[in-house]
Amino acid sequence: MADKVLMKGNEAIAEAAICAGCRHYFGYPITPQTEIAAYMAKKMPKIGGCFLQAESEVAAINMVYGVAATGKRVMTSSSSPGISLKAEGLSYMAGADLPALIVNVQRGGPGLGGIQPSQSDYFQATRGGGHGDYRMLVLAPASVQEMASLTVKGFDLADKYRMTAMILADGTMGQMMEPVSLDFPEAEKVEKPWATTGTDMAREHNIVNSLFLQPDELERVNFERYERYAYIEANETMYEEYLMEDAEICVAAFGIASRVAKNAINEARKQGIKVGMIRPITLWPFPVAPFAAAADKVKSFISVELSMGQMIEDIKLATSCKKPVTLCNRAGGIIPSPEQVLEAIQKAAKNGGAE
Amino acid sequence: MLHNKRLTLLCGHYGTGKTNVAVNLALALKARGEAVTVADLDIVNPYFRTMDSADAFEHAGIRLICSRFANSNVDIPSLPPDLYAITDDRETRMVLDIGGDDSGATVLGRLAPAILAEDSFEMWMVVNQYRPLTRDVPSTLEVMGEIAAAAGLPFTGVVNNSNLGAETTADHVLATVEYAEAVAKAAGVPLVMTTVDRRLAAELEGKVPNLFPLTLQDNKPF
Repeated sequence: MADKVLMKGNEAIAEAAICAGCRHYFGYPITPQTEIAAYMAKKMPKIGGCFLQAESEVAAINMVYGVAATGKRVMTSSSSPGISLKAEGLSYMAGADLPALIVNVQRGGPGLGGIQPSQSDYFQATRGGGHGDYRMLVLAPASVQEMASLTVKGFDLADKYRMTAMILADGTMGQMMEPVSLDFPEAEKVEKPWATTGTDMAREHNIVNSLFLQPDELERVNFERYERYAYIEANETMYEEYLMEDAEICVAAFGIASRVAKNAINEARKQGIKVGMIRPITLWPFPVAPFAAAADKVKSFISVELSMGQMIEDIKLATSCKKPVTLCNRAGGIIPSPEQVLEAIQKAAKNGGAE
Repeated sequence: MLHNKRLTLLCGHYGTGKTNVAVNLALALKARGEAVTVADLDIVNPYFRTMDSADAFEHAGIRLICSRFANSNVDIPSLPPDLYAITDDRETRMVLDIGGDDSGATVLGRLAPAILAEDSFEMWMVVNQYRPLTRDVPSTLEVMGEIAAAAGLPFTGVVNNSNLGAETTADHVLATVEYAEAVAKAAGVPLVMTTVDRRLAAELEGKVPNLFPLTLQDNKPF
């Protein structure tokens, strides 16, 4: 027997979460992520864990808040409209500095939209989604293996920095099947002296709360939180570079879009076009450094997205608009074809970078 | 393998590859000169369905019975309007692609009385040992029992469709035959076939009984 199994992306997230020590899952079904809940419903009772289908997304995220306050690893998953419903809870968790893993298997929007894959929740994920000054760690897997490994990583980072981590996938990543190795190193044990685990009359009681009665205290925790965010930006950025050494055109794409883009880049290389790709793996913190470095070398950037163009704004910020950035996109649940991306690359090559 | 019963019902845990088997079985029957209809009765999964092979079926002259909402944004369990053609139109061989697990098999409940009355069917459990929830005999038998209960029909065979997707080697397939035989034996039915990607078939010739080579769709843009 091989040590790999054949899994859907959604299943890989669920199994990896269990491997990472998560024993509490709260959710509400929505396509295209329902397999996560289905998998948890089957497995959690067998390993002494808790699977609970809440009465709504709002209820589920507040259950996550509750378990996170006790210091246990906890997660929820949903798809775009459901994440909007959870946004209030995400803001409260940020305000209370609570770690948890949130999974968004995106579908087309806005509104109820559709059930086909999309990346149009980039703004929502990287800008927090809820109200107030806060960030979420946002991880963008591009394979079923990464759906699993980034889930484990997400739990570790969330615990380490006391904040929510989001897996930002899409309908295709959730539904596609690929071989996966579930051989993960033992999770790092993070001490959580702040958790509400009972005082045994031996210590002061811990309070988990996002309400601050004094404005100066609220200001202080906001500044402290942003010092932590600055540290994360400097230390936790993840990305992959593909054929960037001699690239004159830089494609930027994450998740499913990066797989399509890679096919197009391989084809363009056969035609002698010097094109490479930067694939952000963390969308927040955004990999500013490689884009800034590329801006001094390449003639132009192409952002390939399953949205009307959201990451493109971070590319312009990261590169200080030094070089033109064009958008190659589909929306509404449709995946760009390698041919469409190749055409965009050919056009950029022909224009020598001019828009 | 290509039996002479009119109906072939393909059931199994979701993600075991029922659709790939259904498509290839239908094309093989058609190649034998029979009238063939494929019924996509998946009410569970709105993605990666037999509907994706609509063009190939049309080209081969195979009729497709399918929910008119398949592959659209209509996210409801829906059945095709011509559902009863499955049991009423006895002029055609029928390959039924049933949705995953017992929830997918409930769709057979309403057809079961007519299927039993006609008494010309095979109901096969499609298994893939590389799927995480059906890696051993007991867990596979559990799913099998749930499906048979929901369908109101008994299994008559096991199809070994064990694979690791694009990374599958001949050895991967070979290693699963023992498991598939054990599942079949425990369920009291024959192991009908072991499938393999056509490109690996030569390596397994003579090593695996009832080898059924599959032509797999490989036209994804990612």
